[in-house]
Amino acid sequence: TFLQPPRGCDMQWCFSQVKGAIDDDVAEADIISTVEFNHTGELLATGDKGGRVVIFQQEIENKNYPQLRSEYNVYSTFQSHEPEFDYLKSLEIEEKINKIRWLPQKNAAQFLLSTNDKTIKLWKISERDRRADGYNLKEEDGRYKDPNSITSLRVPVLIPMDLMVEASPRRVFANAHTYHINSVSVNSDHETYLSADDLRINLWNLEITDRSFNIVDIKPANMEELTEVITASEFHPNQCNTFVFSSSKGTIRLCDMRASALCDKHSKLFEEPENPSNRSFFSEIISSISDVKFSHNGQYMMTRDYLSVKIWDLKMENRPVETYQVHEYLRSKLCSLYENDCIFDKFECCWNGNDSVVMTGSYNNFFRMFDREHRRDVTLEASRENSKPLQVLKPRKVCTGGKRKKDEISVDSLDFNKKILHTAWHPLDNIIAVATTNNLYIFQDKLTG
Amino acid sequence: MDRGTMECAVDAQSLISISLMKIHNSRTQRGGIKLHKNLLVSYVLRNARQVYIKEKYAEIYRMQQYEEVMTVCNEIQELNPLDPEPEDAEEEDLEVAALSCCAPLQDGGGKEPETSFYRSCCMETPGSPCDPFAGNGSHCNKTTVLDLDTHVVTTVENRYLHQDCCCSAPQCAPVPDSPVRKRKGDFGCCASDLEEVSDFSASRKRVRREECTDPNYTDTSNISNLISIFGSGFSGLLSRQADLEQICSKQALASLGAWTRAIVAF
Repeated sequence: TFLQPPRGCDMQWCFSQVKGAIDDDVAEADIISTVEFNHTGELLATGDKGGRVVIFQQEIENKNYPQLRSEYNVYSTFQSHEPEFDYLKSLEIEEKINKIRWLPQKNAAQFLLSTNDKTIKLWKISERDRRADGYNLKEEDGRYKDPNSITSLRVPVLIPMDLMVEASPRRVFANAHTYHINSVSVNSDHETYLSADDLRINLWNLEITDRSFNIVDIKPANMEELTEVITASEFHPNQCNTFVFSSSKGTIRLCDMRASALCDKHSKLFEEPENPSNRSFFSEIISSISDVKFSHNGQYMMTRDYLSVKIWDLKMENRPVETYQVHEYLRSKLCSLYENDCIFDKFECCWNGNDSVVMTGSYNNFFRMFDREHRRDVTLEASRENSKPLQVLKPRKVCTGGKRKKDEISVDSLDFNKKILHTAWHPLDNIIAVATTNNLYIFQDKLTG
Repeated sequence: MDRGTMECAVDAQSLISISLMKIHNSRTQRGGIKLHKNLLVSYVLRNARQVYIKEKYAEIYRMQQYEEVMTVCNEIQELNPLDPEPEDAEEEDLEVAALSCCAPLQDGGGKEPETSFYRSCCMETPGSPCDPFAGNGSHCNKTTVLDLDTHVVTTVENRYLHQDCCCSAPQCAPVPDSPVRKRKGDFGCCASDLEEVSDFSASRKRVRREECTDPNYTDTSNISNLISIFGSGFSGLLSRQADLEQICSKQALASLGAWTRAIVAF
């Protein structure tokens, strides 16, 4: 159900909140590396390069001020991963959180999977608002009583306390990946999940940590023959036997786990032939897919490559049904972007709750929304300058040539250090979370009436 | 649509060196070598090398065309008998400007040739607009040599690999037949030597130059008329074009693999 009727890009977006340090000097550990809403949208998790997870919770709606849709406040912070050293290979393993995925809620506690390059962890986040009081053997402060002083027996009672949110690692899924993990995805059966690295995909049971099944292996017998790697993978939202994985060659393979134990042979291969007139030194780089996401209804999937977003109908393999240019003006700048490594940036993408709008990030702290229904798109900016409460975001425009109009920004003025790689859309409402380098912006649509 | 200005020159050679630096730097990056990024960089490297080689040979081919026309015109005027002796090509006192068909040597490298020639290597230039013999294939195993002193033109059958040639034609037998292996060897032995990696192309050229100047690998044949000057340079080589492309791309892909193999040591 929707709290607001979704209106796509004719809606106006307002600033709601920004989280993170204000100063321009960004500590590397604070760089946000993943953003994810849970299934109700009540919780918003971020992971950073320092291996920390911060979870925000949406407060109960303030009935007195309905225009101030509930704010997100810090709910829990914990260190998920620490840097490690692989002594056998003389390799340092980064603690950066690559992905966070929430499990559907089954009881009072919340569960999420967080992963770095090598190890996936299942975290339980639980609330404690009561504590036991009246122990027989212990004092208030925890010291043990002198047994001789105990003369009576009583039953401890639970008394209210200040809410405490505890995060504890319940499972650690380690040593299953030789290469760097890029994706985790929870299955709709709520019992299994997959983890993907550059060359392999493993299937896990959430309860079992010492075993995983390898379901995809694209490592060639001779590494010299390597031509592509796996870049992202996701389970179908309601078919528990189906998953997809994207490759650095711009292809997406859909696999059915019922077909065979090892899903190297795809059931479907989605690929669009390259436009030969666009061929350049960097064709292979810009066709590499950085993210793949199923639509909520399971009929479509969206892929992101360096310059565009493509929507694929799962029933049609030979071309996408929709293609949206994110920042086509960068096509003539690929050489510089290669030199400064920006061409390797991995942008993510996301759907809104009813699959009518898709969103992705760009440079200069711009992000883009594409309204599929109304065939409209808009460019917005996440910046401290536009951070007054409920300030409406003004659409931005990049000038690609000729006379620059007022309020337009020219391509050469774009700041390529300010990139929005991670965005998330509330599953049920028009609230979006947009991560700049070290800040998290929350925007909401302007409520009318 | 205004394409905007390119902030950097899309020059194949600079892309090659940029790519090599990226691969080199990735080995010291925190978190281990990123397979995906290095694979993408090696694609750029391959693309740049293909363009670089094609440009190089197009240039040489055009210069050779010009030289041969000039030579023939001169010979017609002078009517000197063309009677080169095999030893002439190897004599060390020939005073001729040398145009290396390879990129100039880095100083201090290899053995400088004592003799100098106008040496141009016939190489395929598919689709070159200046090429009056468009469609003719060429191969790196024939070299037309002009001795400016005697105005003698000879076609030298070289059984050695061109320095920048990424192909190993079967008849280039005396040399280790796989430049890929050579590159691998270079890369591997240079793995611990940081400077060598970025100087890779220069060291490769030094190796090749030594092989090129070995006189044992040359033998000469006489040219007596205009037709044979042009004919001998190109005949019988059309069929080799497809093989050449196949070999070149195979070697290019294999050289791509050499990088990833060296990179992915885990």
